[in-house]
Amino acid sequence: MTEKDPREPAAGGSPAGPEKSTAGTSPAPGQAAKPAASASRRGFLSWLVLAWIAFTAAMTAGLTALTRFLFPNVLFEPPSTFKAGPPSEYGIGIVDERWKERFGVWIVRDEEGLYALSTTCTHLGCTPNWLSADEKFKCPCHGSGFYKTGINFEGPAPRPLERYRILLAEDGQVLVDKSRKFQWEKGQWEDPESLLKA
Amino acid sequence: MDLKELLDPKKLLSYVRGTQVYKSAFRHGMPENVRNRALVVLSNVFLHLHPSRVRTSGIRLKYTWCMGGLSFFIFLVEVITGLLLMFYYRPTVEYAYVDIIDLGEQVPLGIMRELHRWGAHAMVITVWLHMLRVFMTGSYKPPREFNWVIGVLLLVLTLLLSFTGYLLPWDQLAIWAITVGSNMARATPFLGHEGPGASLLALGGVNLVHSGSDVRFALLGGRFVGAGALLRFYVLHCVAIPFVATILMSIHFWRIRKDGGISGPM
Repeated sequence: MTEKDPREPAAGGSPAGPEKSTAGTSPAPGQAAKPAASASRRGFLSWLVLAWIAFTAAMTAGLTALTRFLFPNVLFEPPSTFKAGPPSEYGIGIVDERWKERFGVWIVRDEEGLYALSTTCTHLGCTPNWLSADEKFKCPCHGSGFYKTGINFEGPAPRPLERYRILLAEDGQVLVDKSRKFQWEKGQWEDPESLLKA
Repeated sequence: MDLKELLDPKKLLSYVRGTQVYKSAFRHGMPENVRNRALVVLSNVFLHLHPSRVRTSGIRLKYTWCMGGLSFFIFLVEVITGLLLMFYYRPTVEYAYVDIIDLGEQVPLGIMRELHRWGAHAMVITVWLHMLRVFMTGSYKPPREFNWVIGVLLLVLTLLLSFTGYLLPWDQLAIWAITVGSNMARATPFLGHEGPGASLLALGGVNLVHSGSDVRFALLGGRFVGAGALLRFYVLHCVAIPFVATILMSIHFWRIRKDGGISGPM
């Protein structure tokens, strides 16, 4: 029953009933009231625009910070550059597996020099095994095979293994830089930094 | 009221229905007429998502296959078994694999983990069959096209739940499956470092999107599937994706009601 009470005057006439009747009899007071009303409306709209800009800016800043939160400042991963001992440790035709576990790199020496092969299969990113008896890298996931040079010859791998930048450090050690890679299909194995003649 | 009256079931029932505790919980009479039956559904927070009336054709097993209901049932099974597994499983490189072995061998009801795994497989199948049924009966047509889209999102979430859960046993199969699966994220346009458009986002010759800043990195918490990936997948699997799925499921069920109940035969 209490709910009905506020409705009753509304049904009889608008809540602003008395004002409406004065506006109806003399237009002058209504016009006089108008500038103040429109000025406050304009003020409200500019505040509204300002509020929307502030809100959008705050949301953008918040979302940016939230995205940034997913990228940690410190990574507990092996460094992308590492020293791999003197070049004399590497014999011709031998695939060195010492750096596979920690850095994901095979260092191989052929007649020309040393190269650093990535241990990531170019098919779907598994890690192949070096089968010394068969003289090939064989991926356990889907059977891709690569020659000692890294060239693919069997299975679904679409391109050869990638090589990393390899050079001689100041102290005479082999330095492997994984931040730069050389792809055979792009002709990058011709790059002098993809092969260490030492 | 004496003790003898309490032993009479009918009188006991009418007494219970008269108490304030009962009346505060159930604000309608017994579902003995059409109005009260509708009120039972409308005044219950869980049931009100459901249509207050169902067409006879809607409960025919040949028409619905009950696949939507079964999918929801299996989701509840996954929530309960998953919560129980969380009491024993630790998502760290050191413990994850051992905890999974222990869940099968050292914990009572060693079948719990298998129930969770079988449930996951079953849910993918029932969700897929539900989608097939909705498609074959034309139930995606207006006014239900919005609900179809919600359903597609729920299918994607079901697959993502399966994908994230697959890493948690932390065996060779899991690690390499997620390595292969997450490599797809490398090829995301603009956001993946091997995707189209990624090389366009560069400042002075330095790529902004590289293997340490792309969407795959955000997913794995590192450049390869390691400790960070295990923890992130655990949180996604146990909290984030079920949370979103629950919200979408509520909308999905509620929209069935709003779109006129289960669709009728054509």
